[in-house]
Amino acid sequence: MHEHDVIVVGAGGAGLRAAIAAQEAGADVAIVSKLHPVRSHTGAAEGGINAALRDADSWQDHAYDTMKGSDYLGDAPAVEALCKESPEEVIQLEHWGMPFSREEDGRVSQRPFGGLSFPRTTYAGAETGHQMLHTMYEQVVKRGVTVYDEWHVMDLAVTDEEDPADRTCHGVVAYDIQSGEVSGFRADDGVILATGGMGQVFDHTTNAVANTGDGVAMAYRAGVPMEDMEFIQFHPTTLPSTGVLISEGVRGEGGILYNSEGERFMFEHGYANNDGELASRDVVSRAELTEVNEGRGIEDEYVHLDMRHLGEERILDRLENILHLAEDFEGADGLTEPMPVKPGQHYAMGGIETNEFGETVIGGLYAAGECACASVHGANRLGGNALPELIVFGKRAGRHAAGEDMGEAEITTGRDGEWEPAEYEFEVEVGETGGQGPAAADGGAVASDAESVLGTAVERAEGYVEELLARKGRNHAEIRSQVQETMTANVNVFREEGRLEETLGDLHEAREAYKDVAVSDPSRTFNTDLIHTMETRNILDIAEALTMGALARKEFRGAHWRKEHQERKDEEWLKHTLVSWNDGEPELWYKPTILEGEDKTYEPKSRSY
Amino acid sequence: MSTQIPKQTEESSETEAEAEAPSKGDERRTEKRRRAAEERARRQAEEAEKAAADEETIELKVFRYDPEVEGKQEPRFDTFHVPFTKGMTVLDALMYSRDNYDSSLTFRHSCRQAVCGSDAMFVNGGQKLACKTQIVDLQEPIRVEPLPHAEVEKDLVVDMEHFYDQMEAVEPYFQTNEYPDGELEEQRQTRENREKVKMSTRCIWCGACMSSCNIAAGDNEYLGPAAINKAYRFAMDEREGEDIKQERLEIIEQEHGVWRCQTQFSCTEVCPKDIPLTEHIQELKREAVKSNLKFW
Repeated sequence: MHEHDVIVVGAGGAGLRAAIAAQEAGADVAIVSKLHPVRSHTGAAEGGINAALRDADSWQDHAYDTMKGSDYLGDAPAVEALCKESPEEVIQLEHWGMPFSREEDGRVSQRPFGGLSFPRTTYAGAETGHQMLHTMYEQVVKRGVTVYDEWHVMDLAVTDEEDPADRTCHGVVAYDIQSGEVSGFRADDGVILATGGMGQVFDHTTNAVANTGDGVAMAYRAGVPMEDMEFIQFHPTTLPSTGVLISEGVRGEGGILYNSEGERFMFEHGYANNDGELASRDVVSRAELTEVNEGRGIEDEYVHLDMRHLGEERILDRLENILHLAEDFEGADGLTEPMPVKPGQHYAMGGIETNEFGETVIGGLYAAGECACASVHGANRLGGNALPELIVFGKRAGRHAAGEDMGEAEITTGRDGEWEPAEYEFEVEVGETGGQGPAAADGGAVASDAESVLGTAVERAEGYVEELLARKGRNHAEIRSQVQETMTANVNVFREEGRLEETLGDLHEAREAYKDVAVSDPSRTFNTDLIHTMETRNILDIAEALTMGALARKEFRGAHWRKEHQERKDEEWLKHTLVSWNDGEPELWYKPTILEGEDKTYEPKSRSY
Repeated sequence: MSTQIPKQTEESSETEAEAEAPSKGDERRTEKRRRAAEERARRQAEEAEKAAADEETIELKVFRYDPEVEGKQEPRFDTFHVPFTKGMTVLDALMYSRDNYDSSLTFRHSCRQAVCGSDAMFVNGGQKLACKTQIVDLQEPIRVEPLPHAEVEKDLVVDMEHFYDQMEAVEPYFQTNEYPDGELEEQRQTRENREKVKMSTRCIWCGACMSSCNIAAGDNEYLGPAAINKAYRFAMDEREGEDIKQERLEIIEQEHGVWRCQTQFSCTEVCPKDIPLTEHIQELKREAVKSNLKFW
């Protein structure tokens, strides 16, 4: 058993920032992560960090752009917190030594990005995430924060009261990948989930293989609702064969999208008459796929992104990393030919329901970064808004968990505020098909002391590992790829009812199959077969909630496009989708969006770029 | 936003007034690109040929070892035949083998795009990132082994602790004695200075260089190329200031520091991020000498 004040799960941008903040606030902090911190996928972020740093810019403009980009599903208190605090956080990174690209006068460079009314995206070449991740890990090393790396967190240690709002999280249970030991990690003041994205729910994704939504699924099974899971961002420019990301920075610097006829389709086919390639990501992704579907794609699959006219010097100065990626992973030379690109899963707008301080409905449990949903991004995230989200909300969660008084939250969690049940009837049975048992840690005994809650959780986890290793059955890989295929085929940029239902059926089958899953590698040393098997359960839970939310939301908003419902319906749908685990019988409900900001209300307008 | 042409920041459309003659690094990169283009043409021709052949499979010979499992305690090589697909990398082939033939096949990997540094391995006798290494560029059978000079934990997974310890030994974090006044004031840094440290900041901690270094193999205490490069990244950063630079030079001047390097260039050859490691080490030697001869 390990004991600390604050346990941070995950060591990407949000996790590292949370750990630093909690430590600065006086807590004894430990980070538990299945990857060594520098392996985190924040390192793959390319484009930049939005921050209103200049006199001609303002946080209010940034907030307005973010809210418009979110298609009015963002919650104003979270959006405004992001935009207000991002500048100081960016300067903080600079003070920690982050090697930003620079202007002539030595100040941090900024470039235009999609959906922004001002070029406020600070960057470090096309490797901003890599520089940010390493800069923050350096600070963690400097401060001597304890890091348990290559420990896979399996479960939360939570009490099991009837109402999730009465439950308390006392820590986590993790599996040491190196040795096979299962151990409890007690957190006296709070657990912060910062586990990142869930791209492995899909087949074609920019996300790492490790992005399996572990934190989201863990919190869900402990009683925290998943929020707005149907809103998945498909990035318009990923390499067709691998899903590797080609930064929006290419278009920010002036890169142009062409179809097979050589038309600059964003303008010529009227998708975005003002901003063209720099419309928001949902708009550009739909435009590309429409071109392909109407026969103007190249090889019926992708479009061209051309940056040749920017010139070698500028490309090498600002986008060098893109040249390497296009070369190494697609065999294309960005200096002499256009690069093939198509939309790919990139980011989850939804996640663990939190308020603007990162608190969840369960006492002592926080979430920050991509795994959390406050909601900053609503129905569509603007490029350059993810990295500031990591640092702003990582910091907020860290401070709050360490006991800093941050005032009263305006965003409610769980059923504290207004809410309404969904009236949607699913044609397919959703949820557990038996065999997994409840997820909250003390199995209904409602122990109140941390020791016994953790003890029970460790025992259960140990039993689960032993069972997976002992029994004979199917390999998880087949089940995982079934899920990825059906999600990519049917729950993609364009969605229609029949096919969403079909996917729900496929997922039910996959759940059935997962009951017989087994790990054939008997080893306790670095058993990746076991880790991937546990991750696959997380993928299943998330895929299902995502598809349920997509079926029930009968409107077109942000990244959520529905064939049968071609308009945004503000009368009825200015509300967040929530899915609660409900002991294995997922339950769908809604809560209203908060559009009232500090000084103004963000009135929904029609959204064009 | 303007209507047609995306806005550019002011200086960006102009070439820089004091654009310097292309540095060695630029020349090397241009040359590298030319070679890469030739290489690509060759590769595409080969791929077309391979694709034309039906059911083309490739042969992998993979190192296997597990201290815990009977039958794997003696190191051995397993052979896998993997159906070839266009653009296939060593990582793709390993994943295919694991997911279809033997789920106990173990290796680290995550991002698939050469930035997380998880999957450095010994492929056909060279340190490479599996995700970045194209099958068509390799002679078959392809031998895949764990990084040399590191303790093998299982199959292709090695213990990275020693590497991390060396990294931490050089105080791998930014230090300065003064910050600008004003809450939202960044430290100024010239473009030239950022350019100077740029390559050094690209390290992904994959361990390829350390594994390839003969000196590190014979001297366990040698800081090694990655850690010295990390020291360079800060020592050359003008934002840190002269006092800190002196402290940094003292760290890398120790007995197992820069003077151990014998300029064999192995680290530079294998670095997947093209960091001129050997050059950086030599530059630090020069700086150390200069600072010791106070009358420079």
